Amino acid sequence: MVNAQAQEPVLKHRIAVATTAADNLEDFDSIPTRLDVKGLNFFYGKHQALHDNNIEIKSNRVTAIIGPSGCGKSTHIRVYNRIYELYRDQRATGEITLDGKNILSNSVDIMKLRKKVGMIFQKPTPFPMSIYDNVAYGLRLHYRLSKSELNDRIESALKGAALWDEVRDNLNKSGIALSGGQQQRLCIARAIATEPQVLLMDEPASALDPVATSKIEELIGILRENYTIVLVTHNMQQAARVSDYTAFFYEGYIIEFGPTQQLFTNPREQQTEDYITGRFG
Amino acid sequence: MKPSSLTLRRSIDIFIKVLSIVASLVGIVFLIWILWDVVTKGITALDINFFTKRTGPFTIADTGMANAIVGTLYITLLATVIGVPIGLLGGIYLSEFGRNHPVSTVVRFFANILMGTPSILIGIFVYAVIVLPMSGFSGFSGGVALAIIMLPVVVRTTEDILILVPNELRESALALGSPHWKMITQIVFRAARAGLITGVILAIARVSGETAPLLFTAFNNSHFTYYDAESPLRYIYDMSKPTANLTVTIFNYAMTPYEQWQKQAWAGSLLITGAILVISVIARAFFSGGKTRRG
Amino acid sequence: MDETTTKARTNKADLFFNGLTLVCAIAVILVMLAIGIELFRNSTLSMQEFGWKFLTDRSWNPVLKEFGAASSIYGTIVSTIIAMLIAAPMGIIIALFLVELSHPIVSKIVGSAIELLAAIPSIIFGMWGLFVFVPIMQTKVEPWLQSTLGFLPLFQGIIMGVDFLTAGIILALMILPFVTAVTRDVLNMVPPVLKEAGYGTGATMWEVLKHISIPYGVRGIVGAMFLGLGRAIGETMAVTFVIGNSHEISSSLFSSGNSIASTIALEFGEALNDPLFKSVLIQLGLILFLITFIFQLIAQLWIRQLKKHERS
Repeated sequence: MVNAQAQEPVLKHRIAVATTAADNLEDFDSIPTRLDVKGLNFFYGKHQALHDNNIEIKSNRVTAIIGPSGCGKSTHIRVYNRIYELYRDQRATGEITLDGKNILSNSVDIMKLRKKVGMIFQKPTPFPMSIYDNVAYGLRLHYRLSKSELNDRIESALKGAALWDEVRDNLNKSGIALSGGQQQRLCIARAIATEPQVLLMDEPASALDPVATSKIEELIGILRENYTIVLVTHNMQQAARVSDYTAFFYEGYIIEFGPTQQLFTNPREQQTEDYITGRFG
Repeated sequence: MKPSSLTLRRSIDIFIKVLSIVASLVGIVFLIWILWDVVTKGITALDINFFTKRTGPFTIADTGMANAIVGTLYITLLATVIGVPIGLLGGIYLSEFGRNHPVSTVVRFFANILMGTPSILIGIFVYAVIVLPMSGFSGFSGGVALAIIMLPVVVRTTEDILILVPNELRESALALGSPHWKMITQIVFRAARAGLITGVILAIARVSGETAPLLFTAFNNSHFTYYDAESPLRYIYDMSKPTANLTVTIFNYAMTPYEQWQKQAWAGSLLITGAILVISVIARAFFSGGKTRRG
Repeated sequence: MDETTTKARTNKADLFFNGLTLVCAIAVILVMLAIGIELFRNSTLSMQEFGWKFLTDRSWNPVLKEFGAASSIYGTIVSTIIAMLIAAPMGIIIALFLVELSHPIVSKIVGSAIELLAAIPSIIFGMWGLFVFVPIMQTKVEPWLQSTLGFLPLFQGIIMGVDFLTAGIILALMILPFVTAVTRDVLNMVPPVLKEAGYGTGATMWEVLKHISIPYGVRGIVGAMFLGLGRAIGETMAVTFVIGNSHEISSSLFSSGNSIASTIALEFGEALNDPLFKSVLIQLGLILFLITFIFQLIAQLWIRQLKKHERS
């Protein structure tokens, strides 16, 4: 059993070394809020999985969501693009405001919502078609573009996902023929092609090797400038490395939410501290 | 339980093992025997006339089964055009919209029962609802009968294959803002394409060998039943007429005492069996993953 | 957790597509019901004429308009029983060979051979049965059977070759691939752990099969038998050629007979202009429909029980 006391200095050391954009804590209220979540509850059939979640996702920042397996991290962000509606017995109540509108209301056009809120999944999911068609898929859904416009946007999306150089000569190659890390970057290119405001990333690197993982993390740091990113991860070091804000979930409740630096060095809640020092989870 | 001697137990074991080898050999022997007979008896009549001349009275020297071959092609084509789209769409419902919904359970249940319904009864059914009102046999009714036979097979095969597509792929498409129907037709279908093609081809091959449902629907015809020679449709069979087809012709010929016709029946058997076996093998090889459970 | 899919609420195209696929799925149910209804409707003439005694009446005279289903029902049952008596044990034992005994390559070859047998159209079985198998039965097999077992009423009577026995054997060949394949699948699902435990106590292969594999898979195997039975009952072409088309009922396997399916196939053509005769044949079809429906129903419910049993 690892000595919890001995772990703390290591973690603190790591966080001191990790670079996040804000070394000094910024003023929370002065940053615009992209997604304002109030009173979010979620149900799988009769079972309640999320309890009264309240959180503000800040624009152009990376918000990490951490917590033990089954705590509701993925469930939570899957409400942001209402992807859970694919399943008959899942439902959400509460209010999530994006651009002044509650995205959970019935009057919202879901397809437009999903243009604004993109999602990257844990397992890379390239479509069974060429790299070109993969990236073009979202563009063709929402825009009428000429061939050259399409080419331009695909190129910039692939550049934005740090994949362009590796595939520029081979855009007709099947998306499935790429390596795992490349596939995930393809999925990122696909998602950012439609220029969403928010990117949801559900453990995007957990199926990848360390080299591919670090490329993704690097990419997140760059994407942050243009997108609001919500990152679910079970890897605390990753959260500490790349995120500005972190929320700690436990059994469907948000136990703590705050600037990453603060949450990891000086957590307010005992439960948070127990988790990040490895006492459980 | 009294202890049995080791020798006795071993003997029984060996006996069963030998029995199982013998049984397997018997099965294989019959298979080879049947195929051998079909090939050797059929090949002699499989000449150029067979493929070019129409069926006719055996006193005419040059007869063949050309009109029947064309007829089978057209009837099978019609059955495919009717049965496959409906079957695909039904399978899509079971996999994409109605998974775990009680309606799907009922549909599956009835599909299984329909698959087990004797094909001659389906022929009688189509006779009652199409041939009688139309006051005549027709290639169209034959196509409908075969389509009904094909329908549950395509539905179940489609469902089985589409279900294998992982949900993350569906979610990825929806997450980009795709409408449900595009996600299904552009992404799910594409991912399952190989298996679907194999399943559909196997289903088509199977119905092309059916005889009973065509007996009183398409009936038979000793002529080519193309549209008028003047018409733009002159290479297409007029399906409102009784239509020659291989299987019923084989049936009719085999029942006669005339050797010439019996030989041609064998030739027809060779042709249809060969075609079905070759198509089945190619279709299965095409989808080398071997995911299809239904043959 | 079972995931389910929901209707897309917001999109007209999706609603349409959802509805379209639903209609196509329900088409299966509608066709099934339509078949039952039509068969019934067209049988009413015969039912009014003959009533319930139709089921037990042994007569069959189209000229005198005396009809009865007894010989057809009898023939259907007898040929099916013979087929099952042959195909069931053979299928199980071949499946045993495929799963336990053979080298994987051999297993694949034999398995493919069985699948090839399944792909052969039924009329080929009929043709081959009539021209190749019947003569052999008539000249060699059946006389031998009569000389050795002729004291049994089963093996008495004039030998024509086209009879219940031949029909039963041809039917058995037809359903053998199916029974074998399903039994093989069932045996493949026995957890290796259980079998290893059996072998570990020194059991022979047969004993493991008898005491472990078969009991474990008995429900699946029985289900396979039901389905095979259902197919044998309705098989037309293979039986029509070799059963002889007689409307007699006899206890001898060597006597000709008819099955419901073979009678319809052979005599419907003559009945086209005779409304009563036609209705009689369709009523036979209705009886066959009900028999297969019930068998399929039982098989389905049995298999459903099996699946529930597996989950627990």
